[in-house]
Amino acid sequence: MLRLRDRQMADMILQRISLMNVQLTFMHVCGTHQDTLVRFGLLDRLSEVGIDVRQGPGCPVCVTLPQEIDEVLALARAGKTITVFGDAVRVPGTKSSLMRMKGEGADVRIVYGIDDAVEIAKHEEQKEVVFFAIGFETTAPTTAAVAISDTPENFSILSTHRVLPPALDAIVELGEVKLHGLIEPGHVSAIIGVSPYEFLSKDFRIPQVVAGFEPIDVLMGAYMLAKQNIEGRAEVENEYRRVVRPEGNPKALGLLEKVFKTTDVAWRGFSVIKASRLDFKKEFSHLNAREKYHSILGDVDYSKYHEVAGCKCGELLRGLSTPEECPLFGTKCIPDNPIGPCMVSREGSCNISFKYRKLTSK
Amino acid sequence: MCLAIPAKILEINGDHAKVDYGGNFREVNISLVEDPKVGEYVIVHAGYAIQMLDAEEAEETLELFRQLLSQDLSGEDVLDA
Repeated sequence: MLRLRDRQMADMILQRISLMNVQLTFMHVCGTHQDTLVRFGLLDRLSEVGIDVRQGPGCPVCVTLPQEIDEVLALARAGKTITVFGDAVRVPGTKSSLMRMKGEGADVRIVYGIDDAVEIAKHEEQKEVVFFAIGFETTAPTTAAVAISDTPENFSILSTHRVLPPALDAIVELGEVKLHGLIEPGHVSAIIGVSPYEFLSKDFRIPQVVAGFEPIDVLMGAYMLAKQNIEGRAEVENEYRRVVRPEGNPKALGLLEKVFKTTDVAWRGFSVIKASRLDFKKEFSHLNAREKYHSILGDVDYSKYHEVAGCKCGELLRGLSTPEECPLFGTKCIPDNPIGPCMVSREGSCNISFKYRKLTSK
Repeated sequence: MCLAIPAKILEINGDHAKVDYGGNFREVNISLVEDPKVGEYVIVHAGYAIQMLDAEEAEETLELFRQLLSQDLSGEDVLDA
């Protein structure tokens, strides 16, 4: 894999893009793409050859609604044991966060994957264990795999899983940024394959490339998109063929189909996006925390939420702003004291920019 | 966060496998992938192998990139560029 970080090849790709003499704007929707772009200085180098790359709604923790955080906070307050990925504990709901509630005595456990959460439930039968399921099509199959298995009665799941293609549709339909191409996420695509993106190229003439996460992958993704632009093509190409098969992962897709139905939900920064959340089908009601704890969750108010004044997370998720353009970035809002989720999550562009760029940009 | 680095399968025990990420060992669930074998590489996400890595395809992709890039500059030896 080291050759996918080869500097000579990176220079060659950038030189070829430079010779195309273009001014283009691309969007990707993946925290790991953003990490590669910033960590290896590729955002700046692409900018020098006329390519502006922005991160869209590609950070699960960032796009989760404060009300969904409020749901899990309500369960924590009611004495349930909350199991959660580390990225989500600091994310503020409308009034608190899991981290703060843990400090106040709530039982909040960070897990590496859902299997760890099931183990906790098995070993601590007296606890009511809830897994806060967050993530796109990469993570949702792991939840589905557990749902079809024999789970303990004291275990349930609060699903905020979302699917990406409807959000890409929303971004393109909004038309706030003139996009000349989409870099599609490698591991979401490892699950869903290539065809779910095709409507964007057919209906909106958007060039797309599914790309991996090494520097050469991302640069080739940009190069292939630029080439589609100058050749007047709009199609879905696959740069990450070593992992992404055209049909995706049929076993994982079969599980998603079996366990989940899609429902309409708002995303942070967006209004309601149709058929974009994965909620449990009726057969899995016993695992659905929203049904099991209806009396507790019924009080969560979905009608109102306001971004903290000045926080540009919503604009960032629509590709309208950069972290450095936010007045709170690096001053009032830092990873140890995040104001918005884009600074909390390791997949959020503010967190990534702070980690790699803050020290050199001032 | 997606891990870009593939993991090598060292041992398989039913739905679980011991894998190696360049020196870091971990137990992962392999029930989401078809027919994984010891010695093959998998992409891991949240404790599950979500797809197999095709090592031959990785080689072919690099070769394809070289060819694609070489077409853009006629008459120039790309590998020396």
